[in-house]
Amino acid sequence: MNQDSTKISLTNRSKVVSNKKMTLLERFYLPAVLKGMSITLSHFFKREVTIQYPEVKRPFSDIYRGMHVLKLDDEGRERCTACGLCALSCPAEAITMIAAERKEDEKDLYREEKYASKYEINMLRCIFCGDCESACPKEAIFLTNRIVPSQYKRIDFIYGKDVLVEKKDARVDVSKRQTPEVLTFKQDKSKSHNK
Amino acid sequence: MDIQFVLYKLILCVVILLLSLMIAMYATLAERKVAGFFQDRLGPNRAGIFGLLQPVADGMKLFFKEEFMPANADKVLYILGPSLTMLVALLTSAVIPWGGTLNIGGTEFALQVADVNVGVLYVFAIVSIGVYGIMIGGWASNNKYALMGSVRAASQMISYELAMSMSIVTIVMTTGSLSLNEIVAQQHGMHWNVFTQPIGFVVFLICAFAECNRAPFDLPECDSELIGGYHTEYSSMKLGFYLFSEYINMFISSAMISSLFFGGYDFPFMNDLGLSHNMVTILGTAALFIKITFFGFLFMWVRWTLPRFRYDQLMRFGWKGLMPWAIVNMVLTGFLHLLFKK
Repeated sequence: MNQDSTKISLTNRSKVVSNKKMTLLERFYLPAVLKGMSITLSHFFKREVTIQYPEVKRPFSDIYRGMHVLKLDDEGRERCTACGLCALSCPAEAITMIAAERKEDEKDLYREEKYASKYEINMLRCIFCGDCESACPKEAIFLTNRIVPSQYKRIDFIYGKDVLVEKKDARVDVSKRQTPEVLTFKQDKSKSHNK
Repeated sequence: MDIQFVLYKLILCVVILLLSLMIAMYATLAERKVAGFFQDRLGPNRAGIFGLLQPVADGMKLFFKEEFMPANADKVLYILGPSLTMLVALLTSAVIPWGGTLNIGGTEFALQVADVNVGVLYVFAIVSIGVYGIMIGGWASNNKYALMGSVRAASQMISYELAMSMSIVTIVMTTGSLSLNEIVAQQHGMHWNVFTQPIGFVVFLICAFAECNRAPFDLPECDSELIGGYHTEYSSMKLGFYLFSEYINMFISSAMISSLFFGGYDFPFMNDLGLSHNMVTILGTAALFIKITFFGFLFMWVRWTLPRFRYDQLMRFGWKGLMPWAIVNMVLTGFLHLLFKK
C-alpha cells in the first residue's frame, strides 16, 4: 500500500506528518520556544474580544430566534385562535394549550370566536427552531430577539399567557421578521408547509 | 551593636516581609490579568478599578472557606506542610540586596537585611528545605494524588537543583565570593554576568522555573492528571498558603535572577548622572524592581505559552539536557578564568 499516491486533500491546508530526525538547532528547542513566545506576545497586544455583558449588549440579528411573543392585533385583541398548529409543528413538544369559546362580552379581548384559555411554552423543552412561527396561520406567535432569563426553579420556565402575550402599552416590534416576502411565502398554498 | 542598628534592621525586615506579601498578592492578580491578555480576554475587572480589589476578594474567600481535614490525615504534618512552605518562601528574601546604601544623618544604612558572606549557600540551603513543605503536605494528606504530586515534586526539585547550583558555581568562580552583595557590587557599570555567562543564565533561568514548580514544570500540581497534586486535600487558608508561597517564590526567584545575572540594583550610567548618593540608591532599587517585574512577567509569559512536560521528558531534560550544559559551562569558565584573569 503506497500511502503517498492516494493522498487526498480537501482543504489544501493539511500537513503531512513526518518523523524526520530533528536538526541540531531544532533539538535545542529554544528557537521554537522563543517563536511560540512571540506568538503569545502578539496576542498580548491584540484587542480583546470581550463584551462587558450587563453594560454592553451584543447586537442581535433582527430575526434572532429568542423568547416567544403572542401578538395582539391593532385593536388589542388576541390573534391566537387555539388552532393547535404550533403545538403540532413543535418538534420538542414544548407547547400546550386549552381552547375556549369566546363569550359575548369578550369581543374586545379575542379576535375570533375561539381562543386559547391556557397557552404554555416550556422554555426548557423549546429548541427555538421557529417552526411554531412558520406554522401559525394567524400571525399570532413570533420569536423575538429577547433572551429567556435564567430562573432558580424548573417550574418558572413554563411560560403562561401572562408572560407570553404582549402588553397593550408595551408592544413587541416584529416588523423586521414579518416582511411582505414572509407573508406571501406563508400564504403560498403550493408550498408543502401550507397544504 | 547599638539600638539604632537593631531598630533599623527590624523595620527593614517588616518592610520586606510586607512587600513580599503585597507583591505576591498582586502577582496573583497580575497572573490572571496577563493570562487574560494572552488569550485575548480582559481578565478579572469587576472588583475595583482594573480588578485591583480582586486579590482581597480572593483572600477573603479563602479565609471563609470550610477548613477541611481528611479523617486519616496526619494532623501535625498536615498543618506543618503549608506552614513550612510559607516560611521557607519568606526566608530567602533576607540575603537579597534590595539596593545600595542610604545615607541618613551621616550613617550608612544598607538595604539588605543580612549581608551573609555565604549568601548564595544560604539561598540554596533554604530552597532545599522548600521541597519538604510539599513532601510533608502531600504525604500527610493520605491521598494517592497528593502523594504522586509530592513524589514528583521531590524528584524534580532535587534533579534541577544540581544544574542550578552548577550554573551558580561559575558566578562564584568569576566573582570569588559567595556574598550576594559582593556579587552585585562586582557587576556595577554594566558588567552584568549575563553577558559573560549566557549559558549559565539560560540554565539558571530554566532551573528557576522548575524550582518554583511553574509551567512548563508544574508536574507536582498538574491539574489535568493529579487533580491538584500535593495540595489536592487542602482547603481554606492552608491551600491559600500553598498557592501564595508559589508567588512569593516567583518573586524571590526573579530577584535572585536579577541580582545574580542582571546586576541587581545596577542601572546604566549609574554614577555618571551626578545625582546624590541617596538618589542613586533609590533609583537603583527602582531599577531592581523593574527587572523583577520583567522576570515575573516572563514567568507568566512562559506559563501561558508552553505546555507541560511529560514526566520522562522532564527527567531527561534535567539530567541529560541541562546537567551537561552546566558542567561544560563550569569547565569552560574555569579554563578561561585561569587563562585570562591571572
